[in-house]
Amino acid sequence: MPFIPHTEEEVQQMLAAIGVDSIAQLFDEIPPALRARELSGIPEGMSEMEVGALARARARRDGQAACFIGAGAYDHHIPAAVWELTTRGEFYSAYTPYQAEASQGTLQLLYEYQSMMTALMDMDVSNASLYDGASAVAEAVLMAVRGNRKSKSGRILVPRTLHPAYRKVAQTIVRNQGIELVEVPFDLRSGQLDRAALEKHAGDDFAALVIPQPNFFGMLEPVDELTDWAHANGMLVIGVVNPLAMAVLKPPGQWGREENTGGADIVVGEGQPLGAPISSGGPYFGFMCCSDKLVRQMPGRIIGKTVDLEGKPGYVLTLQAREQHIRRSKATSNICTNQGLLVTAATIHMSLLGAEGLARVAAACHENTDRLVQQLTAIDGVEAVFEGPAFHERVIRLSMPVGEALKGLAAKDVLGGFELSQDYPELGDSLLVCATEVRTGEEIADYAASLAHLMSGYDGN
Amino acid sequence: MSNIPGELKYTKTHEWVRDEGDGVVTVGISDHAQELLGDLVFVELPEVEAELAAGDECAVVESVKAASDIYCPINGEVIEINEALADAPETINGDPYESGWIFKLKAVDGEDLEGLMDAEAYAEHCESEDH
Repeated sequence: MPFIPHTEEEVQQMLAAIGVDSIAQLFDEIPPALRARELSGIPEGMSEMEVGALARARARRDGQAACFIGAGAYDHHIPAAVWELTTRGEFYSAYTPYQAEASQGTLQLLYEYQSMMTALMDMDVSNASLYDGASAVAEAVLMAVRGNRKSKSGRILVPRTLHPAYRKVAQTIVRNQGIELVEVPFDLRSGQLDRAALEKHAGDDFAALVIPQPNFFGMLEPVDELTDWAHANGMLVIGVVNPLAMAVLKPPGQWGREENTGGADIVVGEGQPLGAPISSGGPYFGFMCCSDKLVRQMPGRIIGKTVDLEGKPGYVLTLQAREQHIRRSKATSNICTNQGLLVTAATIHMSLLGAEGLARVAAACHENTDRLVQQLTAIDGVEAVFEGPAFHERVIRLSMPVGEALKGLAAKDVLGGFELSQDYPELGDSLLVCATEVRTGEEIADYAASLAHLMSGYDGN
Repeated sequence: MSNIPGELKYTKTHEWVRDEGDGVVTVGISDHAQELLGDLVFVELPEVEAELAAGDECAVVESVKAASDIYCPINGEVIEINEALADAPETINGDPYESGWIFKLKAVDGEDLEGLMDAEAYAEHCESEDH
């Protein structure tokens, strides 16, 4: 059956009705020089088998590289059951169900996801997810400006230690909405947000302070002090966290040392470490939690549990009155969907690992990265850039150009890390490295040996 | 027909305004408005000391089916808010003109209620909106 519903006869009728002879004639007013003729360089079509063979051959050329790149997307073990279950027909829809009476299974799953996220973050509520970590940061910024009614400035303090891509995406989304993101520099020794620079903003009107944990360099920020400082200065706290790290670190709901004002107000981040493969950059999902008092400012879908007339439990989309299909232009946000499929995988992933499993994975990542950094910094001409506690990423500096080192490592099937010079020129020839739980001792030793070889060769030049 | 007390003033956006003397006015939403919204589940109150201009969006009433803005009827400063609504928004459904008041304003100097509708005009306004 053809997918184009116009028959040749109908096309001719329509052309006759408007008085032209052919479809090509409709394009007459475009000068011939500007028209695309036959597409040179596009080969003939191929069969599925041929394409499969071609793709396998190209994949072999990539080799079986060991990945030591983190920088926001992490190579974790995903139990086989996660995607086996997620891709069952019953779950295989990325769309949020509007019709609660026909979608109880999906809604219950999303409700369980929200429950797990609030437990992991120790926050009051979670939504049913956002697009990705970067856009979740932008939504948190918009939410903080709406939610902090004492602040009129529309300004947000954003540390330079926040993921550079998140900062760019947030900037793109908020800059035409009268919101200003003010950058806070970092301390070149600790790799943490620069406290002295932050202190200069004390008493100024800002809607919120963004606190990444761990930060982009893998370093742990002093979240308690920062949270208390922000609250004392009338700012909300937006935590941007790696969900896996929260299995071993103090959850955002407990940040701060003040009894009554403690805890982050909004928590967002990238959900990829919870069951999504790296997969060339996506799809991933963003998560968002907040305190009870901000729930009506939260964008996206929220699933609630209730009872029907007979007292039986049921799940519904709740707090919809703030969304755009009801409030139109005054909606809380124009986000009114979620990443249902990725969240399904995350929920199954978390169920399989449990709190203890997540904590063990987090600890294994931390240990592997420690081991990697020890072996790398033992090489002449390699040093750790920052001192202090870190999660599962570290910055190292090389006495040779990073680009060259990465090329040399790739030739030995080692993806050596994320080059920082583009986003952080002040760090020189620096590399962000990460060894998750899936990197073996042998792979780590191979990386160190390959780098040592490259460095000694370079010194000889 | 909804209840429209004769001693109050009204806006096109269905707020009522009571003159308390000394430039202080109390603001709420009309019986007609609460009927249209249905059961209220949440009221977002303005901040005390907020300085508002006539027409500013200053509060939100949310029912199970809609969320509506409350517009400030005259220029003034918020001096008191009905905190009881935070826990009992349904008060507005039951008693929109007394215990369901939303906030009190101190009008700026020279401000009066002349621009607002009286009960008769408001009744006509509701009538015309219904058609």
